[in-house]
Amino acid sequence: MTLAISHLARRFGATQVLRGIDLQVRQGELIALLGPSGSGKTTLLRIIAGLDWPDAGALSFDGSDWLAKSAAERRIGFVFQHYALFPHMTVRDNIAFGLSVLPRADRPGKAQIAATVDRLLAFLQIGGLADRYPAELSGGQRQRVALGRAMAIEPRVLLLDEPFGALDAQVRRDLRRWLRGVHDSTGTTTVFVTHDQEEAFELADRVVVMNGGVIEQIGKPDEIYDHPATPFVARFLGLTVELPVTMRAGRAHAAGLDLTVLPRRAIPDGPATLFLRPADILPVPDPEAPFRVTEMATTGALLRIVAEDDTGCRIESEVPRRDGRDLRQGQPVGLRAVAGQIFPGSGQQPAQPIHTPKTLKEARP
Amino acid sequence: MSVAAVIEAPTRRQKRVLPGFGLTMGLTLTYVGIIVLLPVIALVLKGAEIGPLRFWEIVTAPRTLAALRLTITAAALATAFNALYGLLMAWVLVRYRFPGRRLLDAMMDIPFALPTAVAGLALTALFSENGWYGAILAPAGISVVYTIWGVAIAMAFTSIPFVVRTVQPILEDLDASQEEAARTLGATPFQIFSRVIFPAILPAYLIGTTIAFARSLGEFGAVIFIAGNLPMKTEVASLLAVIRLEEYDYNGAAAIALTLVAIALVLLALSNWLQAQLTRRRVPA
Ligand SMILES: Nc1ncnc2c1ncn2[C@@H]1O[C@H](COP(=O)(O)OP(=O)(O)O)[C@@H](O)[C@H]1O
Ligand SMILES: [Mg+2]
Repeated sequence: MTLAISHLARRFGATQVLRGIDLQVRQGELIALLGPSGSGKTTLLRIIAGLDWPDAGALSFDGSDWLAKSAAERRIGFVFQHYALFPHMTVRDNIAFGLSVLPRADRPGKAQIAATVDRLLAFLQIGGLADRYPAELSGGQRQRVALGRAMAIEPRVLLLDEPFGALDAQVRRDLRRWLRGVHDSTGTTTVFVTHDQEEAFELADRVVVMNGGVIEQIGKPDEIYDHPATPFVARFLGLTVELPVTMRAGRAHAAGLDLTVLPRRAIPDGPATLFLRPADILPVPDPEAPFRVTEMATTGALLRIVAEDDTGCRIESEVPRRDGRDLRQGQPVGLRAVAGQIFPGSGQQPAQPIHTPKTLKEARP
Repeated sequence: MSVAAVIEAPTRRQKRVLPGFGLTMGLTLTYVGIIVLLPVIALVLKGAEIGPLRFWEIVTAPRTLAALRLTITAAALATAFNALYGLLMAWVLVRYRFPGRRLLDAMMDIPFALPTAVAGLALTALFSENGWYGAILAPAGISVVYTIWGVAIAMAFTSIPFVVRTVQPILEDLDASQEEAARTLGATPFQIFSRVIFPAILPAYLIGTTIAFARSLGEFGAVIFIAGNLPMKTEVASLLAVIRLEEYDYNGAAAIALTLVAIALVLLALSNWLQAQLTRRRVPA
């Protein structure tokens, strides 16, 4: 265990931004802080960096109290959301900055600094840019330079705030793979912030899902994807169909729904809410069933089917086009759930599928 | 053919953001021509009329030289002071929050707003031997009024806003994350200032101090009351030009004025060039 965070709280004026964060980051791990905008990710990252201080809680690294240390003493590498490169310095001088400000006694010689910078430039695949100024670089190139500048001081922990947030989709994907490669070959403990679940899941060893200043779930990408721990995580990960069900002996029941595939759950008898991904719902022709197909639309590989019952309950599903061959508009269907997550209690808005885009938009109240 | 047409001719006509480009550009150039350029040209012509030999005689006359030396030295003193104090002032106004900050900020415009003669009178009253400051300085044997120090103080007073007001907005717009980046990279506060903040404000700072200097060279109203106006001793160049005018010596006045303008223009051109060099590659092409 290297980085230990416990009961961390931070308030800005009347807004409680962090409400008791507990997190342990192990040596060499690549951790993603995932959550909608305003959930406190940047604040947490800045506290780890020593750019902000908590109102309560503890933060230590390998047993030493980091709250008693300045940002410089912690020796972390911080990559800012908008890179924060020094505009009046060349790429080379930007990367060399951390070494050139060392006290004279610890500072490497000029030649040695130049050699380190050259090595980093080559490693980060930006060798040709050494003498350019930040204004002469593309977004992706700036991102690489910012990472190079942070890595030059051989940080104990690398912290990245929305490292790919300002880049277009293609560059994002390329850089994502590149960053994973960089991490794998340096082994530097890394924490990065993102509001894009795809990014978090593809890149991270473990994902920390944050919401409203608390951690909703920590786990490996697969664990979180298959077993979201809270309704928030479920919705965030695309389980956008919410249905009221009744629990009996650990099994969920609802009229017109075939839920036999779902594993038995230790949830008390009574009302509960079932969360499903549209892709995990299969409409099956069944003359007895209360649902009717009201809309069918193809998105290419997939068929988007909307089924409704008499009460106005509207359920959206997505099936491979092959599997929907026998379905017709107006046809009575039963719905078979292939996978889903059940939480006790009735949801706030039962039977109304809530559409959450895959990437939560920045604008969130 | 209008000026606008000349400018547009080489490029193909494209949509412009500002409608009526021809009109606005024409108006602007007309204004610059009439208000700024023409007087300078007239001055240059007047100077040319004098002839180089006579011009040289006027400018190197002992009384003129003494006035120019005093003016330039005092302006340099005032600018050196303002360069330090103006930077500090801009820093305090931008970086700290304290009661009275807005008032202090507003006060920075007083030298702009106050008639310079009024400022000169007030400074003279303050620094004269029985004025508030003069009374303190006199026992120490320091006299300000009717010395070069008085001239420098008057110049500093009228030109301080040029430094503050050019540096302040740049300081305000500085990206805080650059300083934080420097902090995480281990820079000391002094290194953050000297290697991150100062280079960022340097281009504006350079221009601000140059304008302050140029303004000091030509300062008249604030200076004449405090200077003493003793020929060869405490007579500034702008006053000497006025004296020549009053003597109907138009050539003498023009030669002195032209010298002042030339010094100011050369300095401004130099600092603009330096600024362009500094910022050339900082902004996206
Ligand atoms: N310096 C600050 N002063 C006041 N409020 C702040 C400050 N920093 C962040 N906040 C508030 O804290 C909340 C969380 O912010 P942040 O940590 O940036 O979230 P995220 O990075 O997850 O989008 C936001 O509501 C934001 O307005
Ligand atoms: Mg953020």
